[in-house]
Amino acid sequence: MTDTVQTSPDASFHSGDAAKARLRKRRNAETRLRAYGIIAITLAALALVSLLYNIFARTAKAASEHYISMEADIAPDEDNFLKVVKSAAKEAFPYASGRKNRRAIYGLFSDGAADDMRRAAEEGTLQTGDAVPMRFLMSDTADLYMRGEFGKLQTQPGPNALTIEPEGKGFTLRTSGDAFADALGLARTELANEAATLRRQKARQSVGIETLEKRLSDLTGPERDDTLAQIEGFKAKRDQLETKANALDTLITGDRDTRLKLSNRMASFFVAANGGILKLTEVAADTALATPLVPMESASGVGGGDWSLRILERPEIGRPVKDMQVAILETLKSEGRIEEIANWRFFSLSDSTQPEIAGIKGALIGSMWTMLVTFCLAFPIGVMAAIYLEEFAPRNRWTDFVEVNINNLAAVPSIVFGLLGLAVFINFFGTPRSSPLAGGLVLALMTLPTVIIAARASIRAVPPSIRSAALGLGASKTQTVFHHVLPLAMPGILTGTIIGMAQALGETAPLLMIGMVAFITAVPEGITDSATVLPVQVFNWANASERAFDMRTAAAIAVLLLFLVVMNAIAIILRKQFERRW
Amino acid sequence: MKTTLALAAVASLVASAAMARDEIRIVGSSTVFPFSTAVAEQFGKKTDFETPVVEATGSGGGLKLFCAGIGAEHPDIANSSRRIKQKEFDLCKSNGVKDIIEVKLGFDGIVIGNAIDSPAFDLSRKDIYKALAADVAQYGRMAPNAFDNWIQVNPALPSQPIEILGPPPTSGTRDAFEELALQKGARAAGLDKAEAKEVEVRSDGAYIESGENDNLIVSKLEADPQKLGIFGFSFLDQNADRIKGAMIEGVEPTFENIASGEYPVSRDLWFYVKKGHIGVIPGIEEYMDEFLSEDAIGEDGYAVEKGLIPLEEDELSKFQSAVANQTVMTGSEDLH
Repeated sequence: MTDTVQTSPDASFHSGDAAKARLRKRRNAETRLRAYGIIAITLAALALVSLLYNIFARTAKAASEHYISMEADIAPDEDNFLKVVKSAAKEAFPYASGRKNRRAIYGLFSDGAADDMRRAAEEGTLQTGDAVPMRFLMSDTADLYMRGEFGKLQTQPGPNALTIEPEGKGFTLRTSGDAFADALGLARTELANEAATLRRQKARQSVGIETLEKRLSDLTGPERDDTLAQIEGFKAKRDQLETKANALDTLITGDRDTRLKLSNRMASFFVAANGGILKLTEVAADTALATPLVPMESASGVGGGDWSLRILERPEIGRPVKDMQVAILETLKSEGRIEEIANWRFFSLSDSTQPEIAGIKGALIGSMWTMLVTFCLAFPIGVMAAIYLEEFAPRNRWTDFVEVNINNLAAVPSIVFGLLGLAVFINFFGTPRSSPLAGGLVLALMTLPTVIIAARASIRAVPPSIRSAALGLGASKTQTVFHHVLPLAMPGILTGTIIGMAQALGETAPLLMIGMVAFITAVPEGITDSATVLPVQVFNWANASERAFDMRTAAAIAVLLLFLVVMNAIAIILRKQFERRW
Repeated sequence: MKTTLALAAVASLVASAAMARDEIRIVGSSTVFPFSTAVAEQFGKKTDFETPVVEATGSGGGLKLFCAGIGAEHPDIANSSRRIKQKEFDLCKSNGVKDIIEVKLGFDGIVIGNAIDSPAFDLSRKDIYKALAADVAQYGRMAPNAFDNWIQVNPALPSQPIEILGPPPTSGTRDAFEELALQKGARAAGLDKAEAKEVEVRSDGAYIESGENDNLIVSKLEADPQKLGIFGFSFLDQNADRIKGAMIEGVEPTFENIASGEYPVSRDLWFYVKKGHIGVIPGIEEYMDEFLSEDAIGEDGYAVEKGLIPLEEDELSKFQSAVANQTVMTGSEDLH
C-alpha cells in the first residue's frame, strides 16, 4: 500500500533527474521508431531503384540495333534473299576465302537482313538492280561485340618502324623497342600457369600414390594387385606431367628472341598497318609471326606511328565473335559502314529463336486479349456477387460459408487454377488450348475473389445514410443500389479490380497447364487464336541460352511494367470520374 | 434471348476453333525445345504453312498429352529427350494413337562444369558415382555416402567440397544423367546390373537441386567457384567465357567428341509424330523434312548452331527414309 502512495504524482515526479531520464527515454523511443520507419522506406526505395535501374539499364541496350552497309545485286524477281545477303557479303569481303572464313563472314549477318528484303519486296518498296546500296541487319553476336559486351579493342600506337616480310602464308614483323613485350609476357605467364597446373596435377598423383601405398599393407590377393597397378598408373602419369612441365619451363626461360606461340586461350593481338589487320600468332620481344585477316594494301614496311598494335583482352575461345569477325567489324567501323538505328523491330515482330529479330508484339497483343477476357468476366461477376452478398443476402450460416470460401479462394496458389482450367475449360468444354479465351477464363477465376472482397469492402464503406435517404425518397432496393451505392463504391471496386488484374497480368504458373507457355510466332487475331502473354515471353527469353536475349528479357519486363502503369492510369482516371466527396 | 444467342455464337466459335486447326502443335522436352522452335520458325518462313506452336512441357508431360488421343485438340508431335517408354506406348495405343512415326534427331551432351578460373576436373563415371550416389559400395558393403571432398573420392581430384548443382527429378536431363553417369559409374564400381538400377542421387545437401533453368546454374557457378554444375552442352557452348566443362573418362565435352560418341554422357533426342494427323493437319510432312534437312542439322545447320549434335550419316539416312515412307513403330521395339 505504501508503494501506491509514493508513486502518486507530486512536483518532484515531473521534475528531477529521474523524470528527465524518463522523458529522454520516451523521446528516444519515438526517434528510434521514426528512424526505423525511414530505414524501412529507404530500403524499399533502394530495392525499387536498383530493380528499375537493373531493368532499364539493360533495356537501353535493346533500344538500338546495328546495321552493316553493303552493296547488293537484286534481281527484279528475286525470291531467295538469304542468297542475296550471302553473295553481297562474299563480294564485300573477297579476301575471306575458305569455308571457315566465309562462315565467319556470314555469321556477321542476321536472317533478319533477308527478312527485311522479303518484306520490302512484298510491299513493293525494294529497290532492285546491280550494286544497290543496302543496310543489312547484324547478327546477335556481332551486335553484342559492337556494344562492347566482349571487351573493347585497345590500341597501342607503334612508335618505331615496322618491317614486313612474307613468311609462308603470313608475314614476319620486325620492329624495335620491345613493341611486343606485352604479348610475350602474356605468353610466358600463360605457359607458367600451364606448367603450374601440370605440377599441381603431378602433386595430386603423388598424394594418390602415397594414399594407395599406405592402404597396400592391409590388402591381399587380387585387390592388392589392382592397387599396385593403380599405383603404377599414377606414377607413369606423374612422370609424364613432370616432363611436360619441364619442357614448358625451358620455353619460358628462353631469351627475348625466342618466339612463343599465342593460343586462343590468351588475349588476341592484332597489328593494323597499310590498311589491313594482321593477327599475331607467335611473338618474341621485337619480332612476331602474323597472319593477315584483312589484307594490307601493300606489304612494304611502315614508319613509326603509322601502325598500331590492337589488343582484345578476352580470349578468342571465350567469345562467340571470332578474330576474323573482330577484324572485319573494326575495319567496317573505321570506314563508317556500321550504323546504329532505333530498334522498332522489337515492337513490330513476335517471338523468334534469333534474338535480334525477336519482338514483343505477339505477347503484348496476347496479353491484351487475355486481360480483356479476364476483365469482362471477373469484373461484372465479381461486382454482382459483392452486391448480392452485401445488399440482398440474408445473414445466415449459408452466406457465412460462402464468405469464408471466397476468402480462402483468394489464397489458393495460382497453379491450382491452371489445373482446374485444364480439366474444366479445355478437357470438358473444349476451349482451344493456348488461347487467350482459356487463359482469360483461368485468370478470371483467379481474380474473382480479389474483386469480390474489394467490392464488398467498398460497398460496405458507403454511409448507410445514403441508402436510407434513397429508400426514404421512395427508391426501390435495386434503384438504391444501382443509382446511389454502386457509383459511390466504384472507386474502391476499380482499385480492387486493378490489383487483381495486375496480379493476373504477371502470372505464368496457371498458364503453363493450359499451354500458353509456348513458342508462338503468330500475332493472335482473336480470343481463340494461339497466343502467349508478356510474363511467359519474359520466362522463355530468360531461359534461352543466347546472350543477346538478356537485354531483350529486360526490355520485355519494361514493356510489362509499362502495360501495368497504363492499366493503373486508366483505373485512376476512372476513379477520378466516379469520386464523390461529401 | 439476346444473351442466349450471344452464348450460342461464342460456343460455336469455340467449337469451330477446336475442330479445325491449321497450325501444327508440338509439345515435349525442354531440351529439344530450342531446336524444335528453330525448325518451326524456319519452316514457317520457308513454306506457306503457319508456324507451328511449340510448348515445353517436359518429355514425360509431352508424351502424356501426345498419347491422350487422336483429333485436332491433341498435339501432333511430341519432342522427347529420351526414347518413348513401353508404358507410354501402351497408353497411346489404348487411346487410339496406334501409328506413331519415331524419329531420332540428334544428341545432347550432358556436361559437368565449373567456373572458368576454378581447377579443372577430370572425372571418371566411377568418381561421379562415388561422389553423388546416396549409398556407395566400400570394401564390399553398401554404406551411406560420407564423402564430402572430391579428394576423398579420388586422390587425383582437386581438394574442394562436393557441391554440385543439378536439375530436379522431373527433368529429362536428370534421368539421363542418372542413367548414363551414375548407373554406369556404379557398374564400374562393381555393382551388378540390378543393383546399379537402384542407385539414387544423395539427398544430404551435396547435390543441390537448382530448377530446370540452365542459365541459373551457369550464373550460380560463376558466382561460386567451389561448386560444380550439371547442364546441357548448348549452355557450355554459349557461355564458354564463363564456365568450362570437366573431362569425363579423359574426354573433353566438345562438339566433335559428343558427335563421335566418344564423350560418354550424351543422350539421344527424339520426336514422335502421329501418322493419323498427317493430311488432316497441314504441313506435318514438310515439318519433318525440314527437321532432317541439311539446312537444319547439316554441318552448318541452324539447329546445329543452337548446340544440337547431329546424327552420323548412316543413322540419319535411316530416319530420313523412315520419314519419307512414314514407317510407324511396330511395338516390337526394345522399349523400356
